[in-house]
Amino acid sequence: MAKYLLIESRDPFETNDVAYYYDLAAGLAKDGNEVTLFLVQNGVLPARKSTRSGALTALVSAGVKVLADEFSLRERGIAAARLLSGVSPAKIDVVVDQLEEGRKALWH
Amino acid sequence: MADKKTLSVVLMDAPYESARSTTAFRIIDAAVRRGHTVKVFCYEGAVAQAFVKQAPHANAVHGRDLAAEDHPNPKDWIAAMMAAAEAAGGKLEWMNCGLCVDERGVGEVIPGVTRGSPVDLWKGAEASDNTLVVPTK
Repeated sequence: MAKYLLIESRDPFETNDVAYYYDLAAGLAKDGNEVTLFLVQNGVLPARKSTRSGALTALVSAGVKVLADEFSLRERGIAAARLLSGVSPAKIDVVVDQLEEGRKALWH
Repeated sequence: MADKKTLSVVLMDAPYESARSTTAFRIIDAAVRRGHTVKVFCYEGAVAQAFVKQAPHANAVHGRDLAAEDHPNPKDWIAAMMAAAEAAGGKLEWMNCGLCVDERGVGEVIPGVTRGSPVDLWKGAEASDNTLVVPTK
């Protein structure tokens, strides 16, 4: 089992590529890998309830750890209380933690 | 404090064009403050991140003079991260792709920034515990 850090910086309302990236995260988790999806910049927008939130909820159910960058949330006025169930705010330090750990890291 | 690591970060975005640069800088900053050695390799427009002639400016539209505007320049952030790395017992190595520099005429850089080739990127990644590539669109 490998460990992955997937960083999503893009907004699913702006580009459909995000759905492919979510699929990658789900597929890796389904194959038994440990996967963190770190949402940053406009990538945090679907972390609050919206028409695009279902995909993130499905990832949480699939065992993907979904984190949203605290700074990006603050920039966009999204309070932690408005996040989807299963999505947690996190500091950017999590990225360094997981790079230290040797996770395979991908940025989209 | 975790064991000291060596991490490579690859940047492609030019300054003032993408939030990716800001996020990448935040990650680099967090890593160097832990005392890690961070090797940054810039190519394409990112080679201008450390261009020494970046200059702050006033903002006449908002009625702010130079001091009040306090316009940020990434060259200063890079220098500050280099200092933070040294203070934490690590190092921030910042290398620009030489061909990309020459294409853009941004060879004048802040102290500590070096130039190299994709071979140096490969060697840096080989010598690192992990590598993060920050691609552009």
